[in-house]
Amino acid sequence: MTAMTPVPYRVTERREETRDTATLVLRPCGEPIPPVRPGQFTMMYAYGVGEAPISVSRTGAVMEQTVRDVGAVSRALAGSGPGRMIGVRGPYGVGWGVEDAVGRDLVFAGGGIGLAPLRPAILYALRRRASYGAITVLIGARTPADLIYRAEFDGWRERGARVEVTVDRAGDGWRGNVGLITSLVSLACADPPNATAFICGPEVMMRFTAEALEARGLTDVRISLERNMRCGVGWCGHCQLGPRLVCRDGPVVAYRDVAPELLVKER
Amino acid sequence: MAWILDGVAGLHAALVESGYTVIGPTVRDRAIVLAELGSADDLPYGWGVTLEPGGYRIRRRADSAAFAHSAGPQSWKPFLHPPRVKLWDARRTDDGFEIREEREEPPRYAFLGVRPCDLRAIGILDRVLTGDRYRDDSYAARRDGIFIIVVNCTEPGETCFCVSMGTGPGADSGYDLALTEFAGEGRFLVDVGSDAGADMLARIEHRAADPVTETRARAEVDAAAGRMGREMPADGLRELMAGSLEAARWDDVARRCLTCGNCTMVCPTCYCTTVEDVTDLTGDHAERWQRWDSCFDLDFSHLPGGSVRTSTKSRYRQWLTHKLGTWHDQFGSSGCVGCGRCIVWCPVGIDLTEEVAALRQEREDSDE
Ligand SMILES: Cc1cc2nc3c(=O)[nH]c(=O)nc-3n(C[C@H](O)[C@H](O)[C@H](O)COP(=O)(O)OP(=O)(O)OC[C@H]3O[C@@H](n4cnc5c(N)ncnc54)[C@H](O)[C@@H]3O)c2cc1C
Ligand code: SF4
Ligand code: SF4
Ligand code: FES
Repeated sequence: MTAMTPVPYRVTERREETRDTATLVLRPCGEPIPPVRPGQFTMMYAYGVGEAPISVSRTGAVMEQTVRDVGAVSRALAGSGPGRMIGVRGPYGVGWGVEDAVGRDLVFAGGGIGLAPLRPAILYALRRRASYGAITVLIGARTPADLIYRAEFDGWRERGARVEVTVDRAGDGWRGNVGLITSLVSLACADPPNATAFICGPEVMMRFTAEALEARGLTDVRISLERNMRCGVGWCGHCQLGPRLVCRDGPVVAYRDVAPELLVKER
Repeated sequence: MAWILDGVAGLHAALVESGYTVIGPTVRDRAIVLAELGSADDLPYGWGVTLEPGGYRIRRRADSAAFAHSAGPQSWKPFLHPPRVKLWDARRTDDGFEIREEREEPPRYAFLGVRPCDLRAIGILDRVLTGDRYRDDSYAARRDGIFIIVVNCTEPGETCFCVSMGTGPGADSGYDLALTEFAGEGRFLVDVGSDAGADMLARIEHRAADPVTETRARAEVDAAAGRMGREMPADGLRELMAGSLEAARWDDVARRCLTCGNCTMVCPTCYCTTVEDVTDLTGDHAERWQRWDSCFDLDFSHLPGGSVRTSTKSRYRQWLTHKLGTWHDQFGSSGCVGCGRCIVWCPVGIDLTEEVAALRQEREDSDE
């Protein structure tokens, strides 16, 4: 079997997160793909439609992936109900490296669907709660209806995370924060030099959040990049960002290292 | 130890007898292309080329040399990394789908007449497609066991700059046999580069080269180094690319570039591909194809929110800075071998050596 051949998985459960986003619970039909580390992604295949890079949103025996419908492939994937077979290749990319941040304070910042790749890292740290310092999760979405994993936030709090949520536009009955996710950065209860931050969301959100965290004294800030990907394995050339092939050298990168490239327009 | 061959007809015949499909240069539609050679007679004896930015013409030579022409419109890339490759077939089943990989046995190629620059380009493709964690098995299957006959350059073209890129005009390894042609004499000096090369040579008539002849052949190749049509000093090129992302010259080249992607198609190292999924009308059958793609295509950097590189400027910059700069970061070498094809086949005659010189000048001016 070549690296370009999807491995069959079956959707065993589909949870609707928002109007356009669903989490698929996946079981391998035969041999599974190798173990996945938090922050890695797979190339998910919808029969006859095509493939898209999608982060793994829960690692371990039961794999989950959360897909937002933005086009042909993601629509077919997000709409896959229980019993549907889909293809998966991977896992690809370097993960968040939360495994190596033992003993440190952790700050997670997720904007919109960007919370999906962070979720397995959050769950990983909460399963080993005693191994980490303060854990803060900052979550931003356009409206309350766009929040994914909303039913899980209280559980994360109970297990020892501070979870702060903000929306750009509040709807009826929203009593939480309103404003950009950067406004939550001051709540990151971290001991800055001893903290590691993990950020995923739209590129501008990542830049502003990373800059704000650095301004607070954090030096270890990691972001997860999005680029067009047609192979995931370093052959197609689509995921170029300066010296990096994002599928191979990312998607998680040290913000400091890519900051200059991100400032160059249309790099 | 070097040898002499009186012509390559015997070599061609021995290759065919050994089961190789022999690919080499031949004249077709007023260009010297690479195609299967039915016999050594198909070689472009007596043809040369005249090259310029945006221009290619074949011309009659005064002698009957077979390899006195520089890079043509194709490189060896299409044979190793074809423009379209089917990756797999899938068929709908009761409970989902079933994927079947199709593996055709690739032909056993012998490449006759590989230029040293193009030999290096093959090495670069090897590194990109098989040198990392994931190996492109379909490339590897085509590449494995290719018999490579280099022909050292004694007739560089107007757009050649292999000397600057350190890839020619002579090859010193990576081949089975290397020939140096004595233009018009019908004789070749032969160097053996592998056991397979030695075995092949043993099957054909050849004789030991006398020192005078050998020295003359080496001198011809050395002299070619002094007749390059172009130069592009490699020194500091990588840093120049990294430091020129905001240069004004990109706006200048963007006014000329048509983003047609010809340069990427003819380049022997441009390897980018995309995948296409096709289904039949019933949806019972699906296929995935891989095909060449170009960083000049607007959709190349497509993201749901819009392409990353929409301007011509950003796409030309991506191509040049990758080729000459970030290729080093990603694959440990330059992505350019100095073959000059992108200069010749650009419809508006954009010459990367000129663009680089202008970027250098801009850099120097701003440092003052
Ligand atoms: C590392 C990584 C992790 C990701 N993780 C997630 C995740 O967990 N969840 C999630 O929802 N999203 C994730 N994404 C984003 C996701 O990959 C995109 O939303 C998805 O690829 C969109 O594909 P699409 O075909 O549905 O939409 P689009 O590609 O936006 O589709 C729009 C239209 O454009 C066409 N099109 C697509 N690509 C091309 C192209 N190259 N050239 C020409 N036309 C094209 C499509 O056929 C479609 O008709 C991730 C992306 C990356 C890089
Ligand atoms: S960039 Fe141009 S000169 Fe360099 S290898 Fe490619 S086609 Fe040849
Ligand atoms: S540089 Fe020339 S060949 Fe390349 S895309 Fe631009 S116009 Fe086409
Ligand atoms: S996605 Fe193909 S090289 Fe990175």
